[in-house]
This record gives sequence, C-alpha cells and structure tokens, in this order.
Amino acid sequence: MIRLTDQPFDPGAELSAFCGGRTESGAVASFVGIARGDGETASALELEAYPGFTEAEIGRFADAATTRFGLHDVLIVHRHGAIATGEAIVLVATASAHRREAFEACDYLMDYLKSRAPFWKKEHGPGGARWVEPTARDLDDLARWD
Amino acid sequence: MRVLLFGRLADVAGWRECAVEPPAATLSALTALLAQTDPGLGAALAGKGVQAAVDKAIVRGDAALAAGAEVAFLPPMSGG
Repeated sequence: MIRLTDQPFDPGAELSAFCGGRTESGAVASFVGIARGDGETASALELEAYPGFTEAEIGRFADAATTRFGLHDVLIVHRHGAIATGEAIVLVATASAHRREAFEACDYLMDYLKSRAPFWKKEHGPGGARWVEPTARDLDDLARWD
Repeated sequence: MRVLLFGRLADVAGWRECAVEPPAATLSALTALLAQTDPGLGAALAGKGVQAAVDKAIVRGDAALAAGAEVAFLPPMSGG
C-alpha cells in the first residue's frame, strides 16, 4: 500500500499494523527516514507532491520491487507539505519469506524514493528558500541496481 | 482545461493552477499560449528535464488534449 500524508505519522504503529496477522512471511524489513537538522542553522523542509500521480508512480516501483524480490507485501508511507526537523518523512516496510529479499527490497525502494520519486523538495534556510535536486550520491546509490 | 505547475515552475509563474478557456487543442499549442502570456514561464517550460503529464500520465512529444484535460508541467523530480 502506498499512502501520502500531510500530517505527522507514527512509524511504530504503522509497522505493527503491517506485521500483524502474517503467517506466510518470515521477514519484515523497514526503514524510516527522518528530517535531519542541519547543525545550528534552522531549516525547514517542504515536499510538494502531485496527489494521484505521485502515489501511482511510487506504486509502479513498488510493483517492480515486488516482482524483482518476490515480496509478499509492501508498505510506503510518505509525508508531503511542511515537515519539521525530527519528524518521519518516509516509512518503507517489505515482507517476504526470508530476510535477504526483505532487506534488499527495502534498500532498493529507498534508493528509488530518494532520487526518482515525484516530489519537489524545497529547503527553507537562513539564506532563503531553494529547490533541491538529487545529490550525486543519491544517483550513484540508484545506479547500484541497474 | 486545468493547468498545474509544480516546483520552481510555480515560483516562476506566480501561480500553481489555472483554468485555460478556450482549451488548447494540443500540448504544443498550450505551451505556446503559456509562453506568449508569460515569456519567463515559456523559457522555464522549455528548460532541461521538464516533463508534461496529461490526466496524470507522462506524455512524451506532442499530444492532442481533450477540452477537460488536466495538464501538469513537472520540473526534474527531486525524490523524497
């Protein structure tokens, strides 16, 4: 399931619900991305999404990961709008029969989400606001899966 | 016809959403109309990596547009 929200969410509660009632899956791996503070300079993060389109595009990659790694299930919860330092931005959880596939699929989905997902990121810092594009490291991380 | 702008395109234009009436028949006609109204936006739309989506599906090249189409212009995506 892919869900966008403009409100803070509780990754622990989401993960508990995702794990509940599973009998076939021997493994659930998860990743939580958190809005990081940048030293002493206060900055705020704003993520713009295109509701409808953004979930559909993320869903295509979740489907690709499901096929590639033989997953039983995927959960992605992603924030948009204004995000305060310390809040969760994204939760990815993957369920599979064994741990290796769950770990790798989680890593793969995060590399995709960090560089290709349809969001437009704006950082509000002391010097004003600027639009942020993927870093060279994000793109290198994504290229690992080609 | 509804036109949506995202990211820096909305900053350049000063709006995120507008109705275009009468509707443009094609994507290229719509882009030309927007560029004629606002040359700064026209230059931004022609910039590297800008994509268009019609009714939430990416379109490459030109495309015919239905009168009630939703056309979104998307600058390079930043990821989450």
